[in-house]
Amino acid sequence: MQDSLGSVQSVLVLGAGSDIAHATLRALVKRRARTIVLAAREPASLVPLAEELRALGADKVETIAFDARDTEHHAALIDDVFGRVGDIDLALLAFGVLGDQAQAERDPDAAVDIARVNYLGSVSVGVPLAQKMRAQGHGAIVAMSSVAGERARRSNFVYGSSKAGMDAFFQGLGDSLVGSGVKVMIVRPGFVHTKMTEGMDPAPLSTTADAVAVAIVHGLERGSETVWVPPTLRYVMSALRHVPRPIFRKLPI
Amino acid sequence: MADARSEMLTGWSRTAPSAATVVSVSSDTEVDDLLAHAGERGIIARGLGRSYGDAAQNAGGTVLDGLSLADVIDVDVARDTVRVAAGISFDTLMRFVVPLGFFVPVTPGTRLVTVGGALAADVHGKNHHVDGSLANHVEAFTLHTPKGVVTVTPDSDPELFWGTAGAMGLTGVVTEVVLRLLPVETSLLRTRNERCHDLDTVMARMLDDDADYRYSVAWIDCLASGTSLGRSILSRGDHAQRDELPPKHRAKPLHFDPQARIGAPPWAPNGLLNRASIAIFNELWYRVSPRLHGGGFETISSFFHPLDGVREWNRLYGSRGFLQYQYVVPDDAHAAVRRSVEMLSHARAASFLAVLKRFGAQNPGPLSFPAPGWTLALDIPATVPGLAQLLDDLDELVADVGGRVYLAKDSRLRPELLPVMYPDLPRFAELRARVDPAGVLQSDLRRRLGLP
Repeated sequence: MQDSLGSVQSVLVLGAGSDIAHATLRALVKRRARTIVLAAREPASLVPLAEELRALGADKVETIAFDARDTEHHAALIDDVFGRVGDIDLALLAFGVLGDQAQAERDPDAAVDIARVNYLGSVSVGVPLAQKMRAQGHGAIVAMSSVAGERARRSNFVYGSSKAGMDAFFQGLGDSLVGSGVKVMIVRPGFVHTKMTEGMDPAPLSTTADAVAVAIVHGLERGSETVWVPPTLRYVMSALRHVPRPIFRKLPI
Repeated sequence: MADARSEMLTGWSRTAPSAATVVSVSSDTEVDDLLAHAGERGIIARGLGRSYGDAAQNAGGTVLDGLSLADVIDVDVARDTVRVAAGISFDTLMRFVVPLGFFVPVTPGTRLVTVGGALAADVHGKNHHVDGSLANHVEAFTLHTPKGVVTVTPDSDPELFWGTAGAMGLTGVVTEVVLRLLPVETSLLRTRNERCHDLDTVMARMLDDDADYRYSVAWIDCLASGTSLGRSILSRGDHAQRDELPPKHRAKPLHFDPQARIGAPPWAPNGLLNRASIAIFNELWYRVSPRLHGGGFETISSFFHPLDGVREWNRLYGSRGFLQYQYVVPDDAHAAVRRSVEMLSHARAASFLAVLKRFGAQNPGPLSFPAPGWTLALDIPATVPGLAQLLDDLDELVADVGGRVYLAKDSRLRPELLPVMYPDLPRFAELRARVDPAGVLQSDLRRRLGLP
């Protein structure tokens, strides 16, 4: 159960290989989390993380295979996890691909792949997760969105549009779950220094995986619905959203 | 069939909501029916929802609303006992028995708890040092378990009797209680309040002569620091005898009709009770209180239940609610009490009315909270920064000296500490295996702490 200060005891992470997932799990296990299910495309790669979490105090850590593209098996996978582990207090959706914008503009398959992972994958796990949590009467779904979804930019609109879709989906899902005991929290980080962004020029107000983890833990404590990392991005994006398109597309962002 | 509705529930501290199917029951048959047909997420009984934490919540399962199991109050004047339905509140019970010249043997800080809930929490009052907790004054109760209905007395089934006291509803649904009452001549308390300028003084005063008073409690200003660390108002009292009363009260010595004077608005802003406002309140309370009641007479409601005067006072803490925290540590753990007050003062964790008391002898209940020593109760806004870590540190301090926290108030204990704080847990596990082998009785508290 989530306690009165937002600490959770059991966590399912989809996309557990990400730096943000690592940092968040470390923070959660330091608080109360003891049962952890790590899901990623290559579960073998999660073994060091599992060991680290055990050393920090987690007593039950499992690794399972999860491919965001494999949408037809998602419902069964979620079913299986809840069946074996019992209540899941927190499901963290940390999977996603940035893709290559230039390639996506030439190659429809590459563009569709980004949309498939980021948007379709989120929808197909979001629905069964919500169903399971509704039945258990409590729980939190934390969806890793992005500032890129707030307004798609010329420079990465395929990624941005996929995040916009998943962000809107989780907003609606959160609204549909009001009164069920289940909360949805959407996290919108700006540029995060991670494996995913290695070698790229950081955008202004860039942040780190640890800062995102702190923001997630803090958001759970406060019962937030939306978390921006860093928080100032909320106001920056609120302004950018209203910039006229001819100007927006020329901005160096 | 009983009326069922889906509801979001929290404890009195308004944190960690979860959804359950709430079923109002109005007969014993309906209770048995529910126990027999509980779904896989089980069932827990709920009364007035005054447990601070998640003891009367059952996410995804059934919550039995027992308030309508409330039609019997049968006083046996010759034996000083009352047979009372479990859904009846202490408020209703007192309005009935006080005019007859009786007081409840033990009362918590509010009258707005049900008798069944009070037994499930094995509540204590300001008289624990002389009278023990509620279960010490129970002659018998009727318990509906998944394995059938039993009338339990301390002799008929000691394990089940004491195992139910403090078990937060996990042994079954109590429907009726036979309680020994305390005969009183008046409904007033003769009280004596004194100001103590630091923690050592108040603790020494309590050790000296608490035994001379039936009721004793100290209010501590947790924000005071330095040489005033732990400055307190020590407040003691006894039931007044009729010939002691001031003349104006002698005509109606057993008058009892308390009113809630004000109600908290549902829109109380977040942050209303913050460090500054609580500090101002604490300062005023410390300055004004002893002068107001240096000695004299107080009513039952002002002495025992001051917060009942404000309806739904829990709303004053805003949307994020607050936390109640209460520990007990043994007599020789003076240093731990001091350390805990230092930690609170250092963290500037504002607590509105921190209360220090002494507990007397423990009863045999494996989950009953009171044990001989010092007990400190706090309520802290959930918004205090760093609160999770502060309370975790307090838990460690308490567990290290052989103390424990109160499950009726807990909402965040690290589950690993439960068996350390309640070493009789294996006895409770055996009892659970006997009366509820299928695990029909479930609650959020049980899931969170991994209770047997």
